[in-house]
Amino acid sequence: MTNPADIIVQGILLGGLYALFATGLSLVFGVMRLVNLAHGDFIVVAAFAAFSVVSAVPIHPFVAIAAVAPLMAGLGYLLQLGLFNRLLGNDPLRPLLVTFGVSVVVQNALLMIFSADTRRLSAGSIETQSINVGAASVGVYPVVVLSTALAVTMALQWIFYSTALGQRLRATSDDSEIVGLVGINHLRVFAIGSAIAFAVIGVAGVLMAVRGNFDPFMGPARLLVAFEAVIIGGLGNFWGTLAGGLVIGLAQSIGAAVDPAYQTIAGHIVFFAVLLLRPNGLFPKVAHQ
Amino acid sequence: MTLLHVEDLNAFYGDLQALFGIGLAVGEGECIAVIGSNGAGKSTLLRSLAGLHRGKSAKRLNFAGREVGMLEANEIAAFGMTLVPEGRRLFSSLTVEENLTIGRSAGRVGYWNLPRIYELFPMLPELARRQVTRLSGGQQQMVAVGRALMTNPTLLLCDEISLGLAPVVVKGMYENFRRVRGQGTALVVVEQDIGQALSVADRIYCLRRGAVALSRRPAEFTRDQIAAAYFGVAEA
Repeated sequence: MTNPADIIVQGILLGGLYALFATGLSLVFGVMRLVNLAHGDFIVVAAFAAFSVVSAVPIHPFVAIAAVAPLMAGLGYLLQLGLFNRLLGNDPLRPLLVTFGVSVVVQNALLMIFSADTRRLSAGSIETQSINVGAASVGVYPVVVLSTALAVTMALQWIFYSTALGQRLRATSDDSEIVGLVGINHLRVFAIGSAIAFAVIGVAGVLMAVRGNFDPFMGPARLLVAFEAVIIGGLGNFWGTLAGGLVIGLAQSIGAAVDPAYQTIAGHIVFFAVLLLRPNGLFPKVAHQ
Repeated sequence: MTLLHVEDLNAFYGDLQALFGIGLAVGEGECIAVIGSNGAGKSTLLRSLAGLHRGKSAKRLNFAGREVGMLEANEIAAFGMTLVPEGRRLFSSLTVEENLTIGRSAGRVGYWNLPRIYELFPMLPELARRQVTRLSGGQQQMVAVGRALMTNPTLLLCDEISLGLAPVVVKGMYENFRRVRGQGTALVVVEQDIGQALSVADRIYCLRRGAVALSRRPAEFTRDQIAAAYFGVAEA
């Protein structure tokens, strides 16, 4: 059996990727109160977008992020303006039905364009490099992913709490009707929020594509992990979402150490336990009124 | 000159009609009070003017020379008409100061800025970094009025700002309105308290069952006429 330090380090590093999956979902739910069931499929779209870019131009996948993230942001902006903004209202079923439909359409569009072959992006030697820290051996690439998740969380935190845009995003999240009275178009704010979320999806998709194989149908599984991370962390809290990702990563890593078949179920069990014991998540947003 | 000119304004909640052919005019710098019992349509009227109420139609809804009947609230705010909503509706995850500075989003520059709001409400600077949920009702109302003023409106609509506040706080609030009017801002206040309404307003509109029952200068009213318009008691 692997040594405990190794298990914990692997778990935390795996959690970095899960946190990246979840951050965009956390933002969209926090600001627009929209549950996007196609979230995972857009991560896969980003992966295929990176695949296309790298196939067309011989650049390193990390450089491809510079193209994929803005592309995804643009897609997010247009989708919100053209589609998701029409789903707002008191009926929670509408966004669920429509984004579920979008999920099916996206999967089949990817299948048509790219076929069902599994793909992978190669980032060169960085994938296999590792450094020994005490008893644990730490892969360089997972460290890059975890650092990215940290950087993305800090960036979002900064946008939300230190910029005029963040002030508008929070105000619109609080009361999307009343922001009109101070001259804010809430639909445009939602579109910008969606663009930011999709940029994060772009980053997550590229990093996922380097880490392992992907095919057009793996979106829903990413969505599930993202959901669990958001709920474990507590809604509307980026640091909480990061923590939620790490918790699932740790649980899966520990589960896999017991028996490789337990990896996935271990994450779900922890999620279930958190739901039972702390239904508002580990770090719920401070209750307002 | 007329700042706001409304003709035949109707408003609906689904099949239910709440306003019936309202006609209204507000001059530049004028203060109008709208009175009426619960359910008379006062809030619906203000929400319709500010662009918040969706189910409305009007033959004319002209503000500062523009037809604004079809515009969204954010566009109307950018033209200089905004509302202090009933129940204050502050942004609960924003601090006091953020609730004020967000008024800049309307993109209007003018007399009102953060230092002047703090001067108008001297209690607010020390609360600047506090969450608005931890403020008293009166303090929250100051923030709500300050937020609206930060958009530098030429016409400010106020919906029941005295509701639930101590009389001394209400008195202070209305004294501040003198200063607001001093800057040329016109006001439309909705009030339950008729005495308060009569003391501040140049003209009064009394609404009953969604229609204008009476509109005159306060001095031209008798108590009986108001009671008749307010409650629908037949005039002797």
